[in-house]
Amino acid sequence: MQEDFVHIILADDDQDDRDFFSEAFDELKIKTKLNMFHDGQQLMNYLLQTDCVLPNILFLDLNMPIKSGIECLHEIKKEEHLKDIAIAIYSTSASDEDIEETFVNGANIYIKKPNDFNTLKKVLSDVVTINWQYQTSGLNKDNFLLKM
Amino acid sequence: MKLYLKFDFNKIAKIVLEKQLEQFNIQYKTLSFGEIELPEKVSETVFAEFQNSLNESGIEIVENQKSILVQKIKDTIVEMVHSPEIVNVKSSIYLADKLNHSYGYISNLFSEVTYTSIENFIILQKIELTKQLIIANELSLTEIAYQLNYSSVAHLSTQFKNTTGITPSAFQRIIAKRRELASKK
Repeated sequence: MQEDFVHIILADDDQDDRDFFSEAFDELKIKTKLNMFHDGQQLMNYLLQTDCVLPNILFLDLNMPIKSGIECLHEIKKEEHLKDIAIAIYSTSASDEDIEETFVNGANIYIKKPNDFNTLKKVLSDVVTINWQYQTSGLNKDNFLLKM
Repeated sequence: MKLYLKFDFNKIAKIVLEKQLEQFNIQYKTLSFGEIELPEKVSETVFAEFQNSLNESGIEIVENQKSILVQKIKDTIVEMVHSPEIVNVKSSIYLADKLNHSYGYISNLFSEVTYTSIENFIILQKIELTKQLIIANELSLTEIAYQLNYSSVAHLSTQFKNTTGITPSAFQRIIAKRRELASKK
């Protein structure tokens, strides 16, 4: 049978942000399983283990110490076994050129992080719901680009 | 040498399924896309092996009645979006008629199981098809809008932007750059 939950990984160095996101995910209608990491290196160590449970969608903070979201994106896209993970990058601000560059490098989703909790919840709900359609309706993930 | 391929997913799925059925010597009748009938009883061991083998090809047997109907709704929508001549009928009427349930029932069930509405799912499918057609590079956006029954190219562009957050031309540019990048590796 189809798994009826979405496995999510979040990498963010900020404790408050991690709390916000996990609270927002908890309130979604779609059931989620969430794993969190506080920097890019820790995330990559996890993903490169041979027996780790891979997420359906990965939320990456653009600005993290040690290893940034972009560096993680580049490393992930080099790994054949990580290809199917939908990657959502988020940051507080970015130019259109930066966003396009991120898509070109393989990100599926770009989120400009909203300031208030309710908007964040709405954005995450939309992202997870659309990703769910890709996951369950056989849509072509190569064409999955979403900017929120 | 590098080739870009276009897939007919429905056809691929059908061929994979038929090969598996033949491999396990199972008699079958195709009812509609994603629905087959086995007129003769299949032993439990063979059936379990058959199911495993299907799973390996990314095909799963849907058991729950609700999931079955939802899958039928999805298949009907995909079929509808891909054949513009039938969308002249209102989609709610078409779906209710084709699936033999009231639209209210279909629409509530769909939202409950998929977390999205039928209307949004139709839009998503149309935008996905638009993406495929943009990438295939055989039609202009105006022609694509016409083929998918949009009243104007502006209407399609707006819906594309509302659904994906980017414009059709940005989409085209990003995919082209990705390919360029991939060909350098």
